[in-house]
Parts: sequence; structure tokens; C-alpha cells
Amino acid sequence: MTVNGILQILAFLAVIALLTKPMGLFLVEVYDDGKTFLDVFLKPLERFVYRTARVDPTREMNWKQYGIAMLVFSLVSTLALYVLQRSQFYLLWNPQALAGVSEHQSFNTAVSFVSNTNWQSYSGESTMSYLTQMAGLAVQNFASAAVGMALAAVFIRGIARFETDKLGNFWVDLVRGTLYVLLPVSFLAAIFFVSQGVVQNFKPYDTAHLTDIQTVKVDKKDADGNVVTDADGNNVKEDQVVDTQTIAQGPAASQLAIKMFGTNGGGFFNANSSHPFENPTPLSNFIQMILIFMIPAGFTYMLGRMVRSQGHGWAVFGAMTILFLVGVLTLYWAESRGNPLYPASVDQQVVGGNFEGKETRFGVANSALFATITTDASCGAVNSMHDSFTPLGGLVPLVNIMLGEVIFGGVGAGMYGILVMIILTVFIAGLMVGRTPEYLGKKIEAYDVQMAMLYILIFPLMILGLAAISSVATDFGLPSLNNNGAHGLSEIIYAFTSGTGNNGSAFAGLNANTLWYDTTIGIAMLIGRFFMIVPMLAIAGNLAGKKLIPPSLGTFPVNTPLFAVLLVSIVIIVGALTFFPALSLSPILEHFQMINGQTF
Amino acid sequence: MLVIFTAGLGIVYPLAVWGVGQALFPHQANGSLIVRDGKVVGSELLGQTFSSPGYFHSRPSAAGNGYDAAASGGSNLGPTSKKLIDRISADAEQLHQENPSSRIPADLVTTSGSGLDPQISPASAAFQIPRIATARRMTTAELEALVSRFTEGRQLGFLGEPRVNVLMLNLELDRVSPMGK
Repeated sequence: MTVNGILQILAFLAVIALLTKPMGLFLVEVYDDGKTFLDVFLKPLERFVYRTARVDPTREMNWKQYGIAMLVFSLVSTLALYVLQRSQFYLLWNPQALAGVSEHQSFNTAVSFVSNTNWQSYSGESTMSYLTQMAGLAVQNFASAAVGMALAAVFIRGIARFETDKLGNFWVDLVRGTLYVLLPVSFLAAIFFVSQGVVQNFKPYDTAHLTDIQTVKVDKKDADGNVVTDADGNNVKEDQVVDTQTIAQGPAASQLAIKMFGTNGGGFFNANSSHPFENPTPLSNFIQMILIFMIPAGFTYMLGRMVRSQGHGWAVFGAMTILFLVGVLTLYWAESRGNPLYPASVDQQVVGGNFEGKETRFGVANSALFATITTDASCGAVNSMHDSFTPLGGLVPLVNIMLGEVIFGGVGAGMYGILVMIILTVFIAGLMVGRTPEYLGKKIEAYDVQMAMLYILIFPLMILGLAAISSVATDFGLPSLNNNGAHGLSEIIYAFTSGTGNNGSAFAGLNANTLWYDTTIGIAMLIGRFFMIVPMLAIAGNLAGKKLIPPSLGTFPVNTPLFAVLLVSIVIIVGALTFFPALSLSPILEHFQMINGQTF
Repeated sequence: MLVIFTAGLGIVYPLAVWGVGQALFPHQANGSLIVRDGKVVGSELLGQTFSSPGYFHSRPSAAGNGYDAAASGGSNLGPTSKKLIDRISADAEQLHQENPSSRIPADLVTTSGSGLDPQISPASAAFQIPRIATARRMTTAELEALVSRFTEGRQLGFLGEPRVNVLMLNLELDRVSPMGK
């Protein structure tokens, strides 16, 4: 760990802390006041959208109507995206003439982008046409983020309102979140990214003539394109002269901006934000990280503002900050120590530690910081390969997702995730002092706690259940692995954790483009998003109907450092109790194998 | 609603970014391509494979057959992977013979996340100077001066790490001291 590395982490945190209040106030304007400083430009556009789509913006919905509208929109989006991928070969903007995407991969990708996961079992530059990227994937980057934000707004309204069943209008929240928050910032960020070197064009791929012509060994193929094998079953190699480099192009900048700001994370290129065209400079890297946390941090301020207890908002912010710092420092420390299995002639400290899968321009500190942020939030973009982290370094992103992505969290999803945790915290605090638990003037009753528990239990059930099946399935689970030993199990657990947690990052060695993984991870993403939203909406609806109870001496205050510490403890206890056994067989075991000099 | 979203966000928004980007930053928006004698020889942002002794070498790459800019990606080998440790040991053995007097900077034996990393650390450039000095009959002082001219510092003084762009450095090397192929 270096002074400069720590400085970059603190600089990041300082900028986020400074942005929290203005971002929060703007979110309040968008979701509560209805008036913003952008009205001059965007109000006419907003009205036009309502008129065209025949939406009555004054009609408020109860939680069930809201949920149904949300589900219908998501279902139609999924179907449309599926059809677009299957038919891309026949459509516009496909200069590389890429074929239609396979059935299971189209299903997986459609679910992935609609659920704000952006898990990618495909490789962008060799699978998706420009049209599919723009009109399909990028559109869902906006829409799924706006849905997440709308749901967080609904949950906050549920807490802030009393004796009503009205929680807002889904279509209005969807449109306003997109038009006032996501679009303007994405546009400016996209232009900035182009200035740094991110590509934005519709050209076919370029060909560069190499300065130093290479001869490489490749698998020999027969006339039908099948790989030739010798008597022992090994692939026959032949020399191939490489004198050109094909350079993938495309409209990457516009998609990159919303991929970060909407905590989507789906890369335009296969290598995601480690690709030099998708993250060319340390400055573009810094801005990408800021974009991930900006909205989630703003929501903590919005929470405080709308429930008229700014101290509560900052207590939640504080709890998240503690968890963030613990994660990033652990990860940075683990990666800085390097890998003891390297030969002694290699100097790892000169570049700062374990360097496999990392980019020179970012170094170890920025890779550790990016990996922590992307898994604290449900972003899932990567600027280094998590699969090649040291065991304890790889443990941090995994645990971050397992804690429910409530450390700032995804846009909206982090807010409603932490609110469920808060309800649990208040409930347990109430049990400890023997009083009826209250939260901001509302009694927390059996129904609320049951729904919170349902929300919390669906998550490990999907992850552990599906990972367990895959880890013993020799014919369809294990052949996808890129690594043996304990690390192989880590790859499987990470995949289902990322899918169910709607994160989208990966231990990317796992070949997930198979019928089994595409389908099961697709189902995990669906359940991890929509089956968790329903109990969450039910709590919001139930809370909004409750009466105000004036605070008494027995009320547990939620705006104190004590509350923040208790919230941190609950988040850790719930996550650790659930996942510790599985983790001890994967990254933790691998750590001890590594320091004992074992390879697999 | 989805139709409006698709038209606005899927077509108009990327076209607007395209228009402004192409107008203000045409070089970057088109891939920061380097053109020499009317031919594209690469991109400032993408690494290439170099294996002749007279060139600075890039890091190993897991993209396709090496630096395939249409198939980006990392090795994704874990820390206890035998394949990884064998690969690193073999590369280290070779590099050690080439320059036995100093330890090998780790970036020279590890693949990057993208497989297209255009840069190496200043230490890795320094490590290769003796080999290039022999191959091109240049002095180490000349090469050190060249490397330091091509070393980029941290952005804004604290962001990222110091680094050397391999392709740009090699093109300059060919300009000041052509090898004659």
C-alpha cells in the first residue's frame, strides 16, 4: 500500500461526500417537489411523453398497481430485447454482419439488462451489432436504472407519508428519473469520455498494419473449419503470420456513461472498463467511479430530507462509509502483498503487488478501489479481472455482493435494500430493550418483519442452491470452469451471487454461455430482482398506511452514531451467518493453499 | 412508453453524442488511430505484440493470439492456477537470461485485464534497455533519455500510475534509429 494509493481512495470519498447533498436535493426536486431548474428545457418534453403514451401524471397508485405497472413494463422490455437480439442480422447498423444471438444467450442477456444486472455471457465486440447495443442494451441501461430509482422513491414515500395508500405514479417516476437525472448527466459524461479517448462512431472495424510482424501458433483446421487433432487427441498446431490488428469500434461512449451512472455495468467491449477504448485514462477511471456512487449517495440525503430527519440520512451514509472503507482497505492490502507463488526473480512490489489481470495505467490502488465500488453498488463494471485477484482480494467483492449491495448500492436498489436492513435493525433493537419497535414514528409490526425476512431469505436460497447443484454436476456444471481446486468453486459461487445480486461482475474465467448457466443465472437474476421487489413494495404500502406515533422515551433514535454502528453489525451478521460456510470452502481455503505453496 | 424510450435513448441520444463527439474530438472518437505514410499502424490506446529484440516488448496478452483488438479479455487465471504459475515461471526464466543483473518487474510477466494494455511501467522499460541497446547499437544513455521522454506521470499529479506507451516509443525508436529490415 502506498501513500499515493491511500490518497486516491480518500480523494474519491471526499468527492462523493461533497456531491451527496446537492445530488440528494436534486432527487427530492425530481421525485417530490416536481420542480427543477431544468424545467425550462425538459418540461415540454416530459409533457410530450405523457401525451404520446397517454399517461395521466396526476393519478397516484397504491403499491399493487405500482408493482403491476412496473412488472408489465419490465416484461415487455424483456421480450422486445429478446426479439431484437435474435433478429439483429436482418437489421440496420451491423457492419460486421454479426449473426443473431442464440436462444439461451438472448434470454440470459434480455433478463440481465432489464434487471439492471448486466451479467454478460457474451463478448460485446464479437456478438452484438451496433443497433442491438444502442437501441436494445443501452435503452435498458436507462430504463432499468430509472425503475430502480422509482422503487427507492416509493419506499421513501412509504416512510414519509401517513394514513394513505397512494405511493406515486410509476410512469411519472420512470419518465422523470430518466429525463431529469439520467439523461443530462449521461450526455455530459459521454462527451467527457470521448475527450479522453472513448470511441463513438458507426464505422466498421479498422485494420492496423503491425510494425513488428508476428508468427503465432494456432490450431490447425481442416477444410470444414474443424480443429485437427493428432493420434493422442492433442490439437495440431500450425504457424500463422499476423501482420494486422483488427480494431473493434462502435458507439461506446454513449453507452459507457449510462452504464456507470445507472450502476448497470454491462461493457460495450468484452473487457469492460479495463479496455483502453472504454476507460482510456486514470481520469476517465476516476469519473467512472464517481458516477457509480453519485445517485446512491444522493438517495441517503433524500431519505433524510423526506422523513424530516437529516441526521438519519447521514447515519445511513456513515454506516455505508464504514463498510466501504473496510472493504476497500482489505482488498487493497491483500492485492499489495502480491502472490507468494511467483518465482523469486519477479519483483511484484515495483508495480505495487499482484498484477495479473490489471492495467498499467490504473495500478493496484485503482483496481482495488474500482472493484470495491462496483460490488458495493450493484454496478458490475470492472477495470481489472476479479478472477485473478489474490484469494482474500477476491473475497471482498464477493462479500460485498453477499451483504446485499447495500453499501451505497445500486441506483435505487441500494436504498430499498438498506431500508429493509434498517427495519430489521429497529426490530432487533426493539427486542433488546423490550419495546414495540418504531421507525420514524411508525410501529414496525409482524407483517413488516415477515416481508423483510422474505426479502432477505430469497437471496441465499438462490445463490447457495444453484451453486451447490453446479458444483457437483460433472456434465453441465464443472466443464465451464477455467480454474481447478477451491478457486473453481469460487467461480461458481461468484456467478450465482453476481446474478442473484443483480451485480453483473464475474470471475470471468467461468464459461457462462452454456444452456445450463445461461438459463439458471437468467432465472437467478429474475428472482433476485423481481421477487425481492414485491415484498419490498408490500412493506412500503403497509408503512404508508400507518398512523404517526409521537416519539417517547423508549423510542430508539435512528439519527445517532450508535444506530449507524448497529446497522453495520446487522448487515454483517446477516451476511456472514448465511454465507460463511460456503466462503470457507472457496476463497478462504484457497488463501491457505496459496500460502502453503499449492497450485492446481 | 418503450417505443418512446427506444427512439429517444436508443437512437437520438447516441446520435447526439456521436455528433458532438465527432465535431469536438474527431481523433479520439474514431479510436485515436496513428497513421504513418497513409497507412493505419495502430491506435495510441491499444497495445501490440512486439517480439524482435530491437523493440520494447509489451506485456503478455490473453486477447486472442495476443493483442487481438477484436477479442479483448484477461487470462482469468486464479492465484493458485498451475497454468498461471508455469507461464510466469517460463517467461521469468527467459527474461532473467536476457538481463540477469536486475529483478523482473511483475508487469512484464502478467497479462492485463483487457489484453490490450498499451503501456508498461517505467521499470519494465528500463529492464529492456540493455537488450535494445545491443540490437540497435545505441547507448543506454540515449535510450534512457528516450524512455523518460515517453514516460507519462500521474494524471493531475495523483491519479493512476506512471507508465510508458510501448507502440509510441517503438515508432519513435524506428524514426531515430531505423533497423533496416
